[in-house]
Amino acid sequence: MATRPLGVEAPGVALALRRPGAWTVLGRFCRKKPLGAIGGFLMLVILLTAVFADQLQTYDPIATDAGQSLARPGADHWLGSDHLGRDIYSRIVHGARVSLIVGLASTLMGSVLGGIIGLLSGYVGGKTDLITQRVMDILQGLPLLVLALVMSAALGPSIPNVVIAISIPIIPRAARVIRASVLSIREMQYVEAARAVGLRHVRIAFRHVLPNTIGPFIVLCTAQLGSAILVEAALSFLGLGVPEPYPSWGRMLSVSAAEYAQKAPWLVLFPGLAISLAVFGSNLLGDALRDTLDPRLRGA
Amino acid sequence: MKTYIAQRLGIGFLTLLGMSIVIFGMLRLAPGDIVDILFSTGGYVNPAERAAIEKELGLDRPVWVQYVEWIRQIVTGDLGKSYRYDLPAWEIIRPLIPVTVELAVLSLIVSVVLGVPFGVISAVRQDTGLDYALRVFSLAGLSMPSFWLGMVIILSLVAWFGWIPPVTYVSPRENFLLHCVQFALPSLAVGYRSSALIMRITRSSLLEVMREDYIRTARAKGQSGRVVIWRHALKNAILPVVTVIGIEFAFLIGGLVVTETVFNLPGLARFLVEAILWRDYPIVQNLVMFIAIVVILSNLFVDMLYGFLDPRVRYGH
Repeated sequence: MATRPLGVEAPGVALALRRPGAWTVLGRFCRKKPLGAIGGFLMLVILLTAVFADQLQTYDPIATDAGQSLARPGADHWLGSDHLGRDIYSRIVHGARVSLIVGLASTLMGSVLGGIIGLLSGYVGGKTDLITQRVMDILQGLPLLVLALVMSAALGPSIPNVVIAISIPIIPRAARVIRASVLSIREMQYVEAARAVGLRHVRIAFRHVLPNTIGPFIVLCTAQLGSAILVEAALSFLGLGVPEPYPSWGRMLSVSAAEYAQKAPWLVLFPGLAISLAVFGSNLLGDALRDTLDPRLRGA
Repeated sequence: MKTYIAQRLGIGFLTLLGMSIVIFGMLRLAPGDIVDILFSTGGYVNPAERAAIEKELGLDRPVWVQYVEWIRQIVTGDLGKSYRYDLPAWEIIRPLIPVTVELAVLSLIVSVVLGVPFGVISAVRQDTGLDYALRVFSLAGLSMPSFWLGMVIILSLVAWFGWIPPVTYVSPRENFLLHCVQFALPSLAVGYRSSALIMRITRSSLLEVMREDYIRTARAKGQSGRVVIWRHALKNAILPVVTVIGIEFAFLIGGLVVTETVFNLPGLARFLVEAILWRDYPIVQNLVMFIAIVVILSNLFVDMLYGFLDPRVRYGH
């Protein structure tokens, strides 16, 4: 560890002492960004629902019950039941798990892969950068949903495949954001200093440049999470997403629901509300985080 | 200017070439092809029969030969034959284009008509209750799946007015009024969603411009607030909005994919979904390529538009 000469430790410790506690930061965030706080609260509720789905369910979400077909919302079935007699409330609660897992996994996968590509592209520069950017152009030239649609059709319906299909369109978007931030960080004096000390490029890129892109990275992830959940819903709606028997919000809206929609509007109403609330929450949170963490994008 | 356009077209061409490889490669990853699907209902499969069909469809040749053949066909304007319908792809695609174009243009109009004024109001009334309400309204639009919004619109029409929108496509020659209503609903659903981005950009861009000196000068001269905002400020604030409208167009086509399915409109997007489910390679390949070309051209068009909107922007230096 001879190559950590710049006194990184000492100021870090001093800063930690002066830094306000997590609760203070959270309180300040809630006061300054009430909409963001609402978004964060929504996301927390959905996260807890996903984690405790087994405890929150009132019925087995997959069990069918012919006698309870299309039951109205009431004491028995809080949000009604579908044509196979499955309880909508329990299915929505479990759907939170599927939506969140697929959303988070694909967002993380796409953002991390895209982030690494953006980091290398921005740090190395030159021809590598040029070629990488052109390849990213190709991936970005198609609407997100169309690319995900073709991908998931090609891979076949399964949860890992849906994650891959949704993460691929996220890659170029992540690469672009991280590259832009690397380009400005690369020119900073402390990077020059690190180079002057004789650190290897890989180390500078990953240990000195990368940590400073965490702000844009978090902003990117929250923004993409919403659209990943939406794309999953659309794919599942078309029958190309999450397969049976997993209850997915998107598939709950699909053809069978549309067929019974006039007799049983709750089939359409509640799963769609669940999708909208999840995406709304992540959008609100993402906006507030962007204003707080990434001053350059403020208001955009 | 001419060199700039040539350059852009060149890059666009390379992008399309790369995209063709990506699309072609992705579709070949698929487990099972049209022959499997055709035979899956038959039960017993005669290998000789299978081979004959594969040969007829050209699936027996090496993958790269199929690729080169496809590119050659595209360049000569021949879009190949649909496996499923046994018809030239172009004949199937052609009648679908007007439906999607009409839907896309109407949605774009809805999104601009909603997005720009709301963005202006939101900026002028910054940090008031109205501003918050409009921002939440637009963010809600961004959060709702447009296909769900479409379903809810149909359901509420049925519930409140007892009126069911036509379930099949009504051509404008048949019944012009009904046709308009039929297209208005999906355009509203898709356009509302797209208006969110336009509104945000209008708001932030206008806020920035309104802080500039020439706006203060105009105000100091005693011009009314309305004239200052709509005539002076918006003129300069509109540029980033135009970019977003260009980007929006690609976004919008994505939104149409599911909306056309929900509203049962015979457009390109719904057909793309069907073709994907059937693994009808020529149709999928060509439709996706077509979308890519539209996206690239619309981006180029938007960049060209800058030159007209903003005399400071000059190309080719």
